[in-house]
Amino acid sequence: MRVMAAMAMVLNLDKCIGCSTCSVTCKQTWTNRDGTDYVWFNNVETKPGVGYPGGWEDQAQWRGGWELDGSGRLRLRSGNRLRRLVRIFANPEMPSIDDYYEPATYDYDALLSAPAGTQPVARPLSAHTGQPMEISGGPNWDDDLGGSQQYAAADPNFRELGSAVRLEFENTFMFHLPRLCEHCLNPACVAACPSGAMYKRESDGIVLVDENRCRGWRMCVSACPYKKVFLNRLSGKAEKCTFCFPRIEEGTPTVCSETCVGRIRYIGVMLYDLDAVEDAAKADRANLVEAQRAVFLDPFDPAVVAQAEADGVARDWIKSAQASPVWALAMKHKVALPLHPEFRTLPMVWYIPPLSPLLGATTAMGGNAEDPDDVFHTISSLRVPVDYLAQLFTAGDSAMVEQVLGKLAAIRTHMRAVTTGADEPSLPEGVSGSDLEELYQLLGVAKFSSRFVIPKGHREETAEVASWVSGCPLETPDGPLTRSERGRKLP
Amino acid sequence: MSWLSIALFGVWPYIALTMFVIGNIWRWRTDQFGWTTRTSELSEKKLLMWASPIFHFGMLAVLIGHLMGLVIPEGWMTSIGVSPEAYHIMAVSLGTVAGLVFTLGVVLLILRRFILKTRIRLVTRPGDIVMYILLGLIIIIGMTATLGYNVLGPGYDYRESIGVWLRSIFMANPAISVMAAAPWIYQLHAALALGLFAVWPFSRLVHMWSVPVGYLTRPPIVYRQAARV
Ligand code: SF4
Ligand code: SF4
Repeated sequence: MRVMAAMAMVLNLDKCIGCSTCSVTCKQTWTNRDGTDYVWFNNVETKPGVGYPGGWEDQAQWRGGWELDGSGRLRLRSGNRLRRLVRIFANPEMPSIDDYYEPATYDYDALLSAPAGTQPVARPLSAHTGQPMEISGGPNWDDDLGGSQQYAAADPNFRELGSAVRLEFENTFMFHLPRLCEHCLNPACVAACPSGAMYKRESDGIVLVDENRCRGWRMCVSACPYKKVFLNRLSGKAEKCTFCFPRIEEGTPTVCSETCVGRIRYIGVMLYDLDAVEDAAKADRANLVEAQRAVFLDPFDPAVVAQAEADGVARDWIKSAQASPVWALAMKHKVALPLHPEFRTLPMVWYIPPLSPLLGATTAMGGNAEDPDDVFHTISSLRVPVDYLAQLFTAGDSAMVEQVLGKLAAIRTHMRAVTTGADEPSLPEGVSGSDLEELYQLLGVAKFSSRFVIPKGHREETAEVASWVSGCPLETPDGPLTRSERGRKLP
Repeated sequence: MSWLSIALFGVWPYIALTMFVIGNIWRWRTDQFGWTTRTSELSEKKLLMWASPIFHFGMLAVLIGHLMGLVIPEGWMTSIGVSPEAYHIMAVSLGTVAGLVFTLGVVLLILRRFILKTRIRLVTRPGDIVMYILLGLIIIIGMTATLGYNVLGPGYDYRESIGVWLRSIFMANPAISVMAAAPWIYQLHAALALGLFAVWPFSRLVHMWSVPVGYLTRPPIVYRQAARV
């Protein structure tokens, strides 16, 4: 066992109102520079829908993430290293600007310069070429099921479910999915980078690009199954979500989390066993979620605490891990689930699946959304939403999604019983009243300090960045071709 | 020996090579951020899928051909059993094929970057233009020389002249007169090629030094830590 600590996030989809505040504040902070106009480290998409970039989940097209080869070994879906090196001159799986969208502006000048007496029109112009263009895409183009026939039907998650269910489904179900880099425990982007420019920080698990080492081989872009590494359009270098590390190091939440209007986000430390990561990534499809949960270590277990201290995890970090809302939601109460665990990157941004669409469906079917029996009936009879959520969060295990939704419904009924003194309804198996009250506290009324439990980074102990990636011998910290300021402090 | 010959084949090589060596070291030490392929695949993909591999593999073949022809002395080749006739046939046939592939690659890349109305023109920098002009001229002249002298013409043994001159540069005793006696088209080709080496450090060509062979052996996941004091 080798104990490591990593930052993790949980998003409660029930409370996301799809306002995109997170995307905008992130963009203003990180991607308002030249060459990043089309880049959204955080984006909010509507599900069902194709998302951003269009159809990002379709790994038959992009070959992102990991897969098991014939003999059960883990390898990148884009093949072995030699295959990637051979395709270094042109990467067939690399998305182009058209897969994202071409940013546009408007010909505002026409409004001012039009002669009097005419009705001026500001036509859209491409922000890249300045030429007139038809706007036909955007980072949330299919927002709120806009054009749902076209976009919802093209959602790759429907492939497994068959097409018969689509229409019924569109009439009943929609939710928002805010997405950012998952800061995976088994990051495909890092493994695919030929220059070794991408790395995972040992101290907090944040995955970053060393801009001074990136040579623009662009394998990370296609290898990330979540399509969360981007190329700067002008410099041709990789850029990605930084988990706002300068803020995290100061104990402050990421910009997207702090500005979230719905207060849907939680950030905390997770302790995990580095030696168990590979096996978890190789788990059977049916066991993927449980396998990843098994990588996380119980921060209350004295043996884990002792090993963590031996492995150099600071005391205050262990304390934070014990108070981590992510531990509570993903491990203790098991209401948070990973996004697409079948990509096998072991993502660290987890989601609480939304119950509200099912409450809406209960009403639509003539039931009473306040009546637990009616809600449970909807959950178990409306197969499509549950199966769809299972495609997203459990690699197809609908029972696990049902369990989570049942628990979320039970919070409502239990809290009503508590406040009104009504009869206590029967609780789901293995769930106690105090569990539900704790969940209610965390999901409903938790304050800033319990939603974000972020220990400060220990910069006082750190000197220069060390890296054990093999590289050019001339490039080592005291190699002849190395500037003295190379290997500067990790900011 | 004219002054021009002395300048072009006695002085210019040393200027160009100095720029090449010092320039690359200087660029490496001062501009790690700019040391990149500056890929434009994001902006244009369909043509690149063909153009880039054709260009790069063609260039590799041409490079190997030039090394075999110019760096390895004729005597060595003969001593390992490659007769001048055999060498000539091989060099002309394979060399022409490699040259044509390379030319096709460059033509496609130039088409893609400068002729067709694609987004990629917006990410083109002055350095790219200089590089493409040089590359284009060198290829046109080189292919003309090969086709004119060795495929259609009487044949010209550059190994006895240009090769000797090239090696003499590295022995700090440039055989200027040998080069001055070569056909002008070969002279021009060589002088321009030196120019490419001179601008190399200041262009995106530096990415050639970063061929990621280390990737084949390194551990898949890279971790970094801030070293403890
Ligand atoms: S989600 Fe982030 S860490 Fe995971 S593979 Fe993609 S870029 Fe890498
Ligand atoms: S700011 Fe919060 S509520 Fe708004 S879209 Fe982003 S995650 Fe959802």
